[in-house]
Amino acid sequence: MKKRQNKISDTGFSPESSSSGMKRRDFFKLLGGGIMIFVQPWKMIDLIDSPAEQGRSLPKDYNAFLHIAEDGTVTCYTGKIEMGQGIITSLPVMMADELNVPLEKVKIIMGDTDLCPWDAGTYGSQSTQSFGQSMRAAAAEAKVVLLEQASAQLGVPVSQLDVRNGIITDTKDPKKAISYSQLTKGKRIEKFLDVKPAMEDFTKFNYIGKSYKHSDANLKVTGQAKYTGDHKLPGMLFARILRPPAYGAKLKSVDLSAVEKLPGVKVVRDSDFIAVVSENRNKSDDAISKVKAEFTIDEIKVNDRNINEFLLRSDTTGNVVRTAGDIETGRKNSDKIFESVFYDGFLAHCPIETHTALANIENGKLTVWASTQTPFPLQDRLVREMAMSRETVRVITPFLGGGFGGKSAVEQAVEAARLAKLTGKPVMVAWTREEEFFYDTFHTASVVRVNSGIDNSGKITFWDYNVYYAGTRGAETIYDVPNAKTISFSKSRNAAAAHPFSTGPWRAPNANTNTFAREVQIDIMASKAGIDALEFRLKNLKDEKMIDCLKAVADKFGYVPAKSPSGRGIGIACGSDAGTWVAHIAEVKVDETTGKVNVIRIAVAQDMGLCINPEGALIQMEGCITMGLGYTFTEEVKFEGGNILSKNFDTYQIPRFSWLPKMDCVILDRKDKPPRGGGEPAIVAMGAVVANAIFDATGARLYRYPMTPERVIEAIKKK
Amino acid sequence: MEKKISFVLNGKRTELLIDPTETLLWVLRNQLGLTGTKYGCGIGYCGACTVLIDNEPVRSCSLSAGEVADKKVITIEGLAKNGKLHPVQKAFAENDALQCGFCTPGMIMNAVGLLNKKPSPTNDEIISGMEDNLCRCAAHKRIIQAVHDAAIEMKGGK
Repeated sequence: MKKRQNKISDTGFSPESSSSGMKRRDFFKLLGGGIMIFVQPWKMIDLIDSPAEQGRSLPKDYNAFLHIAEDGTVTCYTGKIEMGQGIITSLPVMMADELNVPLEKVKIIMGDTDLCPWDAGTYGSQSTQSFGQSMRAAAAEAKVVLLEQASAQLGVPVSQLDVRNGIITDTKDPKKAISYSQLTKGKRIEKFLDVKPAMEDFTKFNYIGKSYKHSDANLKVTGQAKYTGDHKLPGMLFARILRPPAYGAKLKSVDLSAVEKLPGVKVVRDSDFIAVVSENRNKSDDAISKVKAEFTIDEIKVNDRNINEFLLRSDTTGNVVRTAGDIETGRKNSDKIFESVFYDGFLAHCPIETHTALANIENGKLTVWASTQTPFPLQDRLVREMAMSRETVRVITPFLGGGFGGKSAVEQAVEAARLAKLTGKPVMVAWTREEEFFYDTFHTASVVRVNSGIDNSGKITFWDYNVYYAGTRGAETIYDVPNAKTISFSKSRNAAAAHPFSTGPWRAPNANTNTFAREVQIDIMASKAGIDALEFRLKNLKDEKMIDCLKAVADKFGYVPAKSPSGRGIGIACGSDAGTWVAHIAEVKVDETTGKVNVIRIAVAQDMGLCINPEGALIQMEGCITMGLGYTFTEEVKFEGGNILSKNFDTYQIPRFSWLPKMDCVILDRKDKPPRGGGEPAIVAMGAVVANAIFDATGARLYRYPMTPERVIEAIKKK
Repeated sequence: MEKKISFVLNGKRTELLIDPTETLLWVLRNQLGLTGTKYGCGIGYCGACTVLIDNEPVRSCSLSAGEVADKKVITIEGLAKNGKLHPVQKAFAENDALQCGFCTPGMIMNAVGLLNKKPSPTNDEIISGMEDNLCRCAAHKRIIQAVHDAAIEMKGGK
């Protein structure tokens, strides 16, 4: 029996205490009449069997998720943000199906801390699988409420009613009908949902599973889409901030005399935090170049060439994340043993929109427009840094020009807020590309040591997996191995920071590192066993999703089995991320004299459960494949003496049109399964599939990405 | 030193009293309110700031305002005519040739410039013509298709 609660006092919900800024009650008043469905998120998350959110604990109140207005418009309020991944298109599709309303009646308000329910941030391919499912539940509940209302008004039992396009009809007498807007008119119904309602059966979907073009495309092709930097307030100042030449540098002296004389420019200073501001961005740019500053540099010894050895020597603590059987027994049962070490370096996010924020303080209230993946954690940060109350800090998230994990860092917004306070004017901080590289929270450099064995039949006997600094995402063994151990090593609690600068999540954080190590090691074993790489995987797998993906990709690619190296340049790799399974097969051409590698074609099969918007999911897969070529071939942040030497796109190469392989993507039909993540999975196996294809072409094994021409030549010489 | 500069911006004669050494990108965004043209790298490597100067695609981050005196400047805002999308804009929308959309105005302006010069480009000509415009979301495959589609539609319109 479903239990629903209507009384505020019964629920622990307090409209006065809000997790966001504006008092909730004021906001609900603004919404006017209609139906509001509140979801208690921590309970919903248990109910939908999703991973727990990270960071700040979820607020102990209900959050308004869904509002059906008197004109029948359905508005979904979400703390999630749109950064190109397409949830601005796919979330309304989910709502429309649960409520049986026309898609164009569904609106979405995103990333505004005054209007939207608290949210940890947009990352980890969670928006559809966790949040989307909560929203579907809220929509399903709203429909129950509407059906009950209609039942009372029409005098027809709920079981006899049908809904189409927002109109509820008596199935026995179609003349008896009433629309959602008629039902909500003049009413104000608040429902608090804490029981998972039955969601729409996939056979009844009208919208889910069909393909949709980006709903924001028209705004974006006309230049009308407003990103943070496109906003303007009266009297707004553009700031440029004095930056140190290297990490660890301290300001020794500064001469601002030349700048103070410039017309239309002001210097703002709060101890070592020095900025020039002007209503004209060109003048701020000019002024900052005229600031004469001297720094003392405490030179950092680690550089991009010795970082991996440095990490191995650092003070680490191992955390055993998985054990099965006994490694020593496994070693004894092995006919062949393989010991490998894999490496990667720092990666930059490189969204084309740099970190940008506009801050304004008016009547004691701070409003910050920011390019951020985490509006609510940013609000928390501003509350702390600015010593303001949560009610007086609002974060608004306009369109984001890319995130990839890098816009979980919000320093630019804190800088803008500080400058708004110091100047008493609205201040825009838009980082230059050099600042973006300097202050990026890079994907961490890391090392993975893998020891494993096989018996004469080609079965894996043991798997001893040790990852340093890259954590455990993507470190699942996947294969059916009787003796296995996974240890994740990270900095010891009291040890000094191992990384010379900030690190953070980078698209499918660390799953690229771990999938590379695992899948290359598997390929090494398959080759030494003299077994085709696909057959070897299938022989050692019990995971049916992985097996299905491998078979599907082999079919799509037209894979013909062969022992590697076959000289054909065909590689295989597979993995899982965000609840989704992927398998890749790629064909490469290697120029053995220059070391240059081209991916000619690639096929990818993906099991992501129910696929909401197949076209949108394909776009994400193509994006993952193409972006993955970057870390595979060129991307590596160069640094020396605390200075980031990769400063712009001339010294840090990201994928270009000419790199594009022929791509064939397949999404497995899994309508009866819950939806899973789609923004990251298809990138995780890119490094491995290319490394394995290079081996198949040349017999040269690469243990490190990016696989630059120099490294390919070096590997060819070593074989 | 401020100077009067006159040019045709999106079909309209425009006069500015301005320091002619100021960077065109910020003049467009800042003084003229045309924020469709984006800053991406500041040194002409990414193409997010591409505009047409006398029908040629040019990086507005690497150009001073003085250099466009008496020239014809078209930005993304000036492409659609009477509310009707330019064929390249339409093809980008129809092919889902964008994700975050931040590189999109520069991509579109570069593609229009490419088609002005080569109305029937081969696939290789599209790739080399678009090569220096960067897209981090990696919509490349669909962008190439969009340029093909736009080329066909533009010829059909003639």
